[in-house]
Amino acid sequence: MASEITGAQALVNALEDSGVDVMFGIPGGAILPAYDPIFDSKIRHILVRHEQGAGHAATGYAQVTGRVGVCIATSGPGATNLVTPIADAQMDSVPLVAITGQVPSAAIGTDAFQEADIRGITMPITKHNYLITDPAQIPRAIAEAFYIASSGRPGPVLVDIAKDALQKMTSYNYPKKLNLLGYNPQIEPNSEAIRDAASLIAQSSKPIFYIGGGVIKANAAKELLVLAELVGAPVVTTLMARGAFPDSHSQHLGMPGMHGTVAAVTGLQKADLLITLGARFDDRVTGKLSTFAPNAKIIHADIDPAEIGKNRYADVPIIGDLGPIIKALIPAVKVEFAKNKADITSWWKQMNSLRQKYPLGYNEPSDGSLSPQYVIERIGAITGPDGIYVAGVGQHQMWASQFVKYEKPRTWLNSGGLGTMGYAVPAAMGAKVGAPDTPVWAIDGDGCFQMTNQELVTCALNDIPIKVAVINNESLGMVRQWQTLFYKERYSNTDLHSKRIPDFAKLAEAMGCVGLRCESKGDVDKIIKEANAINDAPVVVDFGVHRDAMVWPMVAAGTSNDDILIAKEMAPDWDSQEL
Amino acid sequence: MAQHTLSVLVENSPGVLARVASLFSRRGYNIDSLAVGPTESPEISRITIVLNLEGHALDQVSAQLFKLVNVIGIQEMEDKNSHQRELLMVKVNSAGDNRSKIEAVVGKYRASIVSQASASLTIEAIGSSAEIAALLGELTSFGIKELVQSGLIALENGDATLAERTLQETGLASSSTHSQTEDYQN
Ligand SMILES: Cc1ncc(C[n+]2csc(CCOP(=O)(O)OP(=O)(O)O)c2C)c(N)n1
Ligand SMILES: [Mg+2]
Repeated sequence: MASEITGAQALVNALEDSGVDVMFGIPGGAILPAYDPIFDSKIRHILVRHEQGAGHAATGYAQVTGRVGVCIATSGPGATNLVTPIADAQMDSVPLVAITGQVPSAAIGTDAFQEADIRGITMPITKHNYLITDPAQIPRAIAEAFYIASSGRPGPVLVDIAKDALQKMTSYNYPKKLNLLGYNPQIEPNSEAIRDAASLIAQSSKPIFYIGGGVIKANAAKELLVLAELVGAPVVTTLMARGAFPDSHSQHLGMPGMHGTVAAVTGLQKADLLITLGARFDDRVTGKLSTFAPNAKIIHADIDPAEIGKNRYADVPIIGDLGPIIKALIPAVKVEFAKNKADITSWWKQMNSLRQKYPLGYNEPSDGSLSPQYVIERIGAITGPDGIYVAGVGQHQMWASQFVKYEKPRTWLNSGGLGTMGYAVPAAMGAKVGAPDTPVWAIDGDGCFQMTNQELVTCALNDIPIKVAVINNESLGMVRQWQTLFYKERYSNTDLHSKRIPDFAKLAEAMGCVGLRCESKGDVDKIIKEANAINDAPVVVDFGVHRDAMVWPMVAAGTSNDDILIAKEMAPDWDSQEL
Repeated sequence: MAQHTLSVLVENSPGVLARVASLFSRRGYNIDSLAVGPTESPEISRITIVLNLEGHALDQVSAQLFKLVNVIGIQEMEDKNSHQRELLMVKVNSAGDNRSKIEAVVGKYRASIVSQASASLTIEAIGSSAEIAALLGELTSFGIKELVQSGLIALENGDATLAERTLQETGLASSSTHSQTEDYQN
């Protein structure tokens, strides 16, 4: 029998045996025993400046690599600082393992120093979680955590370990087999459902692919391209699915939802069949649910059975991994098409006329100031589709999803479900760690940036040269937009004054980054190229932009997708459309 | 009908009841009663939940429950194919000439008097939800001083068991340590 080691060493061994190569964290009393063996481990530990940064960095790493992201923190405040990124990962189905130290088992429940019931706190925001008080259980809990986080519908798993369990001696065995009685995700789809779906597809004269982030998680973008071209139907990609289908593809109508294109939103509304792959009928996509896609039958393919019928009844549910599902649909559709295939040419005529008439666009500000959309568009055009783009939350996020052109999966990262301001800088850091040879641009707002920019210190010290574009409209722009539209331009507490304070370029330099500033259209390309050429330090560019720019089109919250507006009080000209 | 009875097999692990309760609370599902107890297997507990589903589909509730890693199996218990009972203990005011009238009611419902005191009778009854409700209805007029009621428990009629059924469904019947992929490593 192998000699005994500490629980802490067992933890580090188990992380190594789970294939971890990097983790993000901050030590503290309860987790301190683990940091001693971490010192000798081959796992790269990146010391962040705030645990929220550790969590989002692990998420960025996971979203870029498809592997499990790992973050580690101490008990109490360290653990509670992880709550936001854990909730974020849960909403966006990100495979994440969070390790937290807990007070010694004898002190649990006594309101001990730095005690917080993090297992209880994270119960509703994790896929699963553990409280470990026996060192012998550490390897199994870690192995299970990695399996649960990465399989089925991915999600965060938290493992909270009492300090004495880290200190006590135990023998080490990494489990070869897991025995999770109640956890058995279905991978292969039911063949009858595949046949039913194929037959609906062949009968449909107004089909549309409604593509969600699940396609990216399942690594099924290649298969999707084959299926989409076989069916020939229009494709829309949700905020979480940007990059799952090339923006340059002629079948792509763009993003649906609150700030989707007129063609994508209307395509879903008018379709007779939604081929839903890895999407979840989120309210930001459906608008007022009762009026969503009223004439459509629904094929709903998802790995999570609880998504089926949650918001919208599915005529044909298909449960399983999207890889096998799409692979099975391809031959099944061919069989149906050999028998009959409904004509979709008039459907395409409608869609083409919509996208010709209502392409995405924006007006340059009349006062000659910089247009935020232009800046973002240029970052995408100059850096190209091989770059990775990570957004914060707000107007700049929507513009980054609209005006950067995505061609590949895992090149667009954002906080879609939770809408977490502060996501961009740390997530970009994690993304760059996962893809060190790829340019990573955080496209952040001046508000968001002020929530988590401290991680630029981490980037500067650890050779993680990300680039940050601060889209500085000196306001909480998205909230301000709602105040413009729905609160009579009463701008309560949305003015950030961030062209005055702080000086973002100086702030960047204080954190060991290169700080640049850009305020005129003529300088935009030059400065983006300058930033792209710097690879030995993080770069922050403060783009001072017009503050009144708005995100269009827009379906106001709670209203029907049919009421989409293309500008303030301006609906598309439906009368001229034969819909 | 908005009321449903679900039998849920769960791993007998710490926090499992909190997970179930937290799920119901955050998804807005109303619990009418809940009973938790051991089963034939020491590793497995059984939760019987009576749900009042206004505006939620039973399938959706089951699917959400089944997402909990510690939930092993779920089955709806229907009146027609299961035996369902709850336990009532009630202290009734027996002052004046109540006592004999109460004894008559107790006899009618095959309940029993488990304790007698100067001013009250304590009654125990086991029955279906409808029987218990009817008994309580009749006792109310005497004056109920204190009442405690268990959650409903239910067992399917016939040879089948929930454990067999759910373990078969999830493909776990043959081996208890099913070969969960070894490629769970990162
Ligand atoms: C943590 C957090 N707090 C508040 C909000 C609400 N919120 C959504 S967008 C937004 C404004 C973001 O401002 P900024 O980062 O400057 O982006 P902009 O909209 O101006 O592009 C706010 C406050 C949020 N999403 N997250
Ligand atoms: Mg702003």
